[in-house]
Amino acid sequence: MQRSVILDVGARVLFHSVLAGSLFLLFAGHNRPGGGFIGGLVAAGGFGLRYLAGGVSDLRSASRFHPWTFLSTGLFLAVGTSTAALFLGGQVLESGKIEMDLPLLGHLKATSALPFDIGVYLVVVGLMLMALDALGEEADQGEHIEETAT
Amino acid sequence: MLLALILLHMLLAAVAPFVGRRWGRATLLFCGIAPLATVVWAATRMEGVVGGAAETSSLPWIPDLGLSIDLRMDAFALLMVALVAGIGVLVFVYAYAYFGDRTDLGKFAGTLVAFAGAMLGLVLADNLLALYLFWELTSVTSYLLIGFEDRKPAARAAALQALFITGVGGLAMLGGFVILGGQAGTFQMSALLSDPPAGTLTNFALVLVLLGALTKSAQVPFHSWLPGAMAAPTPVSAYLHSATMVKAGVYLIARFAPAFAEAPVWRPVAITAGLATMLIGGLRAMRQHDLKLLLAHGTTSQLGFLIVLLGLGLPEATMAGCVMLLAHGFFKASLFMVVGIVDHQAHTRDFRRLDRLGMSSPWRPTMAVTAVAAASMAGVPLLFGFIAKESAYEALVHGGTGGADRWILAGVVVGSMLTFAYSGRLIRGLVSPASAREDTVSAAPAPKRLFLGPAVVLAAISILLGVLPGLLSDFVSAAAGSLDPSAEPVHLALWHGFGTALWLSVATLAVGGLLVVGWKRVEAGQSLTPSWLPSADAGYLDVLKGINRLADRTVAVFQSGSLPAYIGTILFTLMALPGYILVRDTELPELPPVASSATQLVVAVLVFGAAVGAARVTQRIHAVLFLGAVGYGMALLFVLHGAPDLALTQVLIETLSVAIFVLVLRRLPASAARSPWRLGQLVRGAFAVGTGLFVTVFALVASAARTEDPISTGFLERALPEGGGRNVVNVILVDFRGIDTVGEITVLAVAAVGIVSLARAARDAIVGRPEGEDS
Repeated sequence: MQRSVILDVGARVLFHSVLAGSLFLLFAGHNRPGGGFIGGLVAAGGFGLRYLAGGVSDLRSASRFHPWTFLSTGLFLAVGTSTAALFLGGQVLESGKIEMDLPLLGHLKATSALPFDIGVYLVVVGLMLMALDALGEEADQGEHIEETAT
Repeated sequence: MLLALILLHMLLAAVAPFVGRRWGRATLLFCGIAPLATVVWAATRMEGVVGGAAETSSLPWIPDLGLSIDLRMDAFALLMVALVAGIGVLVFVYAYAYFGDRTDLGKFAGTLVAFAGAMLGLVLADNLLALYLFWELTSVTSYLLIGFEDRKPAARAAALQALFITGVGGLAMLGGFVILGGQAGTFQMSALLSDPPAGTLTNFALVLVLLGALTKSAQVPFHSWLPGAMAAPTPVSAYLHSATMVKAGVYLIARFAPAFAEAPVWRPVAITAGLATMLIGGLRAMRQHDLKLLLAHGTTSQLGFLIVLLGLGLPEATMAGCVMLLAHGFFKASLFMVVGIVDHQAHTRDFRRLDRLGMSSPWRPTMAVTAVAAASMAGVPLLFGFIAKESAYEALVHGGTGGADRWILAGVVVGSMLTFAYSGRLIRGLVSPASAREDTVSAAPAPKRLFLGPAVVLAAISILLGVLPGLLSDFVSAAAGSLDPSAEPVHLALWHGFGTALWLSVATLAVGGLLVVGWKRVEAGQSLTPSWLPSADAGYLDVLKGINRLADRTVAVFQSGSLPAYIGTILFTLMALPGYILVRDTELPELPPVASSATQLVVAVLVFGAAVGAARVTQRIHAVLFLGAVGYGMALLFVLHGAPDLALTQVLIETLSVAIFVLVLRRLPASAARSPWRLGQLVRGAFAVGTGLFVTVFALVASAARTEDPISTGFLERALPEGGGRNVVNVILVDFRGIDTVGEITVLAVAAVGIVSLARAARDAIVGRPEGEDS
């Protein structure tokens, strides 16, 4: 496939900022606009950009993990968090809170909803990666075959 | 303790596959510990239980549904435990000698001990639903055991047949249990049976329960799976298909009969099936040449006998049934073991190929065991089977059902004559010269002591109890008494004096003897059976074929492969069903203002224009872009209404879906096919407009139909104190409605897997080469 230099370089430059932004949305989500779902979509958009610029091979080089690793880890995390309360004697999805003051970071508050949200984030990213990987591979290969045929 | 024993079985089942790798067939002896422990424990409790004090234990399971694992060991359960665990120990020893060193014996031993545990739970369960659970566990484990030789198609088919037939029966039985439990207000079996409900619904439930019991016990017309199940290794047949699993149906009928025998459906169904099975099984056993198949048909016949005795619900017959249950367990298990020995040593079970094998001197001990067990089955005096048959005749002569007494007695006597006949056929098959021309076997190595040992033990019991039946009087009386409190204690004895029962026994022996002498004629006579008579095996295949054909037709109609047809069906259903009710039952609420500001109006017009554009253009890519514009317009509207979260989500989703669309579109023709006919276009247009109208009206009606305060106000108040977050949308997603979110992301994961497999399938189809063969 043809690669556009500007898009290619632009995507690589933007990619990490997009990921950082998506993480911000993920962690800010409980109190401000954002959350795991939105964060995951933003990250997925970043990966989509990499795909558009460099095809499946570039997409695969963008992450060390397989797409399904994201998916399964996320699902495990979300289900794990929601059932963890059961083992601690509570109801499914009962949430807990930890508040503490840490040096440098100041007042920090974490709820058990956070790992759950991270799970959602990972599932969304995983889904998008798998879709791009599967459909993109097919499309790229199809093109390749058409080219060689002519 | 009862629960601990069952758990011990399950624990051994879980570890067996792992230790099996190192220990090989010794795993079988290791797993035998569980039934051995059960036997020892049951023996220590025997005195108390026979005295009338049942052992109980209870474990709450799902208290909200009234489910608990109630276990109760009364005298009848103890009798079953003695069979299940006692024969179980012998079978594990036998299996140890039967199998050579194979790598998969850990799996086998584990499944067998899991089965033993399930069977134990079945006979101990005092809660109908727990009983059902164990019942299905025996079905599943027996499926695995029958199909143990999983490389043989015949074994797999036989396993599946057994699972289908017993599974269908099991489901029917569950339905019956639920109705009965609802009628009686309790699922506890002891409470239900002491105060049985009655009425039409109860009768219906009883038919369902009987269906479960009759399929499990391989009764006509569901008997076809049992001969097929002979594909299993012989230790499995000796245990499951003689002494335990098929006895589950008998057990259930025995439990229910005293309480429900007077119901108008009970005796006609149970007794007819039992008698028919006894006769048909006996006749079919008379034409088998495969020793194991002969025993299999004999087993269905004997099960029919047991169902008749225990299904009558008369105290005396129940008593006889308890004796018969024990006798059958002893002689049938030992016969199966012996046949397994012949098969193992001589490599054939077809007695036409065996040339006087039983007459050769090394085989004498084996032959003696066979003779004792077969004679006990035939009902020859001085063996336990005779005691059982005598008490059965005695009970049936006294009767108690009215006009049917005579017929039942006649059926059982004829069935017993056949039993004598096929017992004789088994012996004759082993000692006669071979009738096959080639591949005959005249000598084979005699079995080792350990191999024959378990069968010797069982044969010895048959002799002991045949000579001294009085040893069992108290036990059997207590067992029958726990089924039917009105059962009088009996004294089992060898000699009952000259009565009708004795003369019937003499007649049985005489006619049976004649049938043995003329065995070839009996066999030849059966080939005259007209071939148009329905056979159960063919019936089973027909049902399977019918189901497949129905499925094919359904798929052909509903899965035509046309995307417009699918979408059209979905949209039409939407408009026709909820749409019709919407138009019929509700009035249109007042229309809300079209727009609250000029900006909104502008955006709305843009969205509208983009939507029309998407419908008008012919290039797919253009349509996708127009759809994207609609989505972004919606996001703008969300922003204008003050919902940044929604808007953000909408924008991201639109972006990503356009990207995905583009990927997919690369594989499709550039322009969408318009319907070639004017009419088709009109229909599509009508569907589109109709669906749009429906959604609009539905949204209006739904938002105006509110009668309670919206739940969202509560969410707004509770978000910070309870959910610990200021972003209410997010708190709803991860906390208040967290379980929904779990469901949604699971759907996402499933969708991802679906996309990947669809893409792969499409790629292989396009590229035209299987995966993994990259050039």
